[in-house]
Amino acid sequence: MMKSNLYSRGDKIFALAVSVLIGMFTVATLYPFIYIAAVSFSSGFAATAGKVVLTPIDATIEAYKYVLLDPQFWVSYRNTFIYTIGGTVMSLLFIIPGAYALSRPQLYGRRTWNLFIAFTMWFNAGLIPFFLNMRDLGLLDSMFGIILAFAVNAFNIILLRNFFEAIPQSFEEAARMDGANDFQVLWKVFVPLSKPAIATITLFCIVSRWNGFFWAMVLLQSEEKIPLQVFLRHTIATLSDDQEFTATLMDAAYSAETVTAAIIVCSIIPVLIVYPFIQKYFEKGILLGGVKE
Amino acid sequence: MASVNKTSSAGTETVVPKMTLAKRMDRIQMHLRREWQLYVMLAPTIIWFVVFLYKPMYGLQIAFKDYSIFRGVADSPWVGFEHFANLFSNDQFIRAVKNTISISALNLLFGFPAPIILALMFNEVLNKTYRKTSQTIVYLPHFISSVIIAGIVVTAFSPTAGIVNTVLGWFGIDSIYFLTRPEWFRPIFIGTGIWQEAGFGSIVFLAAIAGVSPSLYESAVVDGASRWQMIWKITIPCIMPTILIMLIIRIGNIMEVSFELIILLYQPATYSTADVVNTFIYRQGLQSGQYDMAAAAGLFNAVVAFVLVMTANTLSRRFSRTSLW
Repeated sequence: MMKSNLYSRGDKIFALAVSVLIGMFTVATLYPFIYIAAVSFSSGFAATAGKVVLTPIDATIEAYKYVLLDPQFWVSYRNTFIYTIGGTVMSLLFIIPGAYALSRPQLYGRRTWNLFIAFTMWFNAGLIPFFLNMRDLGLLDSMFGIILAFAVNAFNIILLRNFFEAIPQSFEEAARMDGANDFQVLWKVFVPLSKPAIATITLFCIVSRWNGFFWAMVLLQSEEKIPLQVFLRHTIATLSDDQEFTATLMDAAYSAETVTAAIIVCSIIPVLIVYPFIQKYFEKGILLGGVKE
Repeated sequence: MASVNKTSSAGTETVVPKMTLAKRMDRIQMHLRREWQLYVMLAPTIIWFVVFLYKPMYGLQIAFKDYSIFRGVADSPWVGFEHFANLFSNDQFIRAVKNTISISALNLLFGFPAPIILALMFNEVLNKTYRKTSQTIVYLPHFISSVIIAGIVVTAFSPTAGIVNTVLGWFGIDSIYFLTRPEWFRPIFIGTGIWQEAGFGSIVFLAAIAGVSPSLYESAVVDGASRWQMIWKITIPCIMPTILIMLIIRIGNIMEVSFELIILLYQPATYSTADVVNTFIYRQGLQSGQYDMAAAAGLFNAVVAFVLVMTANTLSRRFSRTSLW
C-alpha cells in the first residue's frame, strides 16, 4: 500500500467512497446477528408482531429460560462437543501419518496411492450408496459411526502432504543420523515443523464438525445422540407447526421466533469466542490449499 | 511432486523390467523390512478410503438394478438402463436438472464477482484498523452452520415477525410470505450465499493482489494515473490468472449447489424453482426409499460433475501451467 500523499484529491474522494461501501457491506453482514440477538431478548408478543428492529422490545429472558431448561438442549450441546473433539482427533490420527507416508519418495507405488486418494475429489458415489453402505456397516444411529465416517477427506490429506513435501530433506537426514525411525521422524521433526498446516487442518475439521448437520440428521434417530444443529432444526420445524405452542402464544412471554433466536445465539457463542484466535490460521490455510501438487 | 521423486525411487523403477520375479520379490521384501513403518502409517487411511468412499462406488451398481433391501446390492436383479429411462421421462427430475443449472448460473453471475469486487475495495481502504475490523466481520458468516443461516433467513423473512416485512410495511407495502413464493426463492438463496461467502471468498483475491509488484503502481503514479485507472489497468490484469482459475473451479462445480441450505429453506410450494438434483435424490431416496432410482440420479450427477471437473482441470492447466491438483 502506498503513502497517502501520493493520492490526488480525486483519489481521496474515491478512497472515501470505497470506505463507505465497505462499511455498508460490513454493517449488512453484522446486522442479521444483531437482529437475531435482539429478537431473542424480546417478548414473544413483540417479536411475533414484527416490532423488533435493532434492540430488544419488552426485554425478557423468557426464551432463554425455555431453551436452557430443556434437557434436550444440553444433551445436544454435549453431543456437539463430543462430535467436534472426537471427530477432530480422529481426523488427525488418520491424516497426519497418512500424509507423511504419501509424502515420502521411497514409498512404493506413491503416485498410485496419491491418485487413489485424489480420485475421490473428482468422483463421488453420491448420497444413496453412501447411506446404504453406512447401513450395511451397522453404523446407522451410531455416534462412533459419525465420528469415523467423516474423519478423512482427500483435500486435507493432500494439503498436509504438500506441506510435508516442502520440508527440506536435511531435517530428516539429521534425525536419521541419530537413529530415528519413521514414527520418530514424523513426531519429532515433521509435526513440529508443520504446526501452521496442522493448525489449519484442525481448524477445518473443527468448523465442519461443529456445523455438521445433514448426515447427522439422516443417520441419527435417537434424540440422545443428535448434535445441536439437528436439535435446532427440529425445534424450528416443530415450533412453527405446533398448534398448541402458537395457541398459548398470546400470553406466553416467548414465541417460536424468540426461542429459535435464543437457540441460534446459544450455538453461535462458542464460535464467536474461538473466532478471533483462529483468524490468522484460516487466512493462511486457504492459501495453503490454493495451489495443489 | 515429480522432482522430489527422482532421487531415491527412480533407481528401483528403471531396473524392474530386467529382474526376474524372484529377485523382484527379494527386493520388495528388503524394502518392506526397511520401510514397513510407512505402510503401517498409510494403511488406516487407505482402508478408510476403501470402506467409506470406494465401497459405495461398488454400491452404485444399484442404479442398474431393481434394488431390494433384503437381497442386498449384489443379488438384486439387473434392469439395465430402466431407471435412467424413467428419470428422463420424469418431469420432476428434468426440473431438478434445469434448476441446478439455473441456480448455479445465477450464482456464477452474481456470487462470483462479489468477492473480487470486495477484495478490490479492501485494497483501496487506507486505514489499516478499519480494514482489518471489517475483514474480521465479513469472514465470520462463513463459519456459521447452514441450519443457523436458515434459521436467520426464516426469522427475517417471516410474514408477521420478520424484519424484511416490517421494513416493507414502513413503505406501505403489504406483507409477503417470501419463503412460499417460487419467484422469491432464488433471490433469497443467492443473496444469502453472497452474504455468507463473499467475505471469505475475497481472501484468495486479496492474496493475489498482495502479490502484484509495487513498482507497477509507482510508475503509474509517475504517469499521473488515478486509483480508479490503476484498478483497471494494473490490479485486475495482474490478478486475472487467479480470477480465471477460480472461475474454472466454479464452472467445474456447477452440479454442486449447496443443497443443505436448500433442504432447510424450500418447501413444496417453492419446489418449482428450488428443487435441485441433490434435493430430488434426498427426497426420492432417503425420504421415500426409492434407492435405486435415486442412485441412478446420483450417478448421472456424479458423471456430469466428473466430466466438468476434468475439463476444468485441463483448462486451468493450460491457463496457469499449475494444475489444480
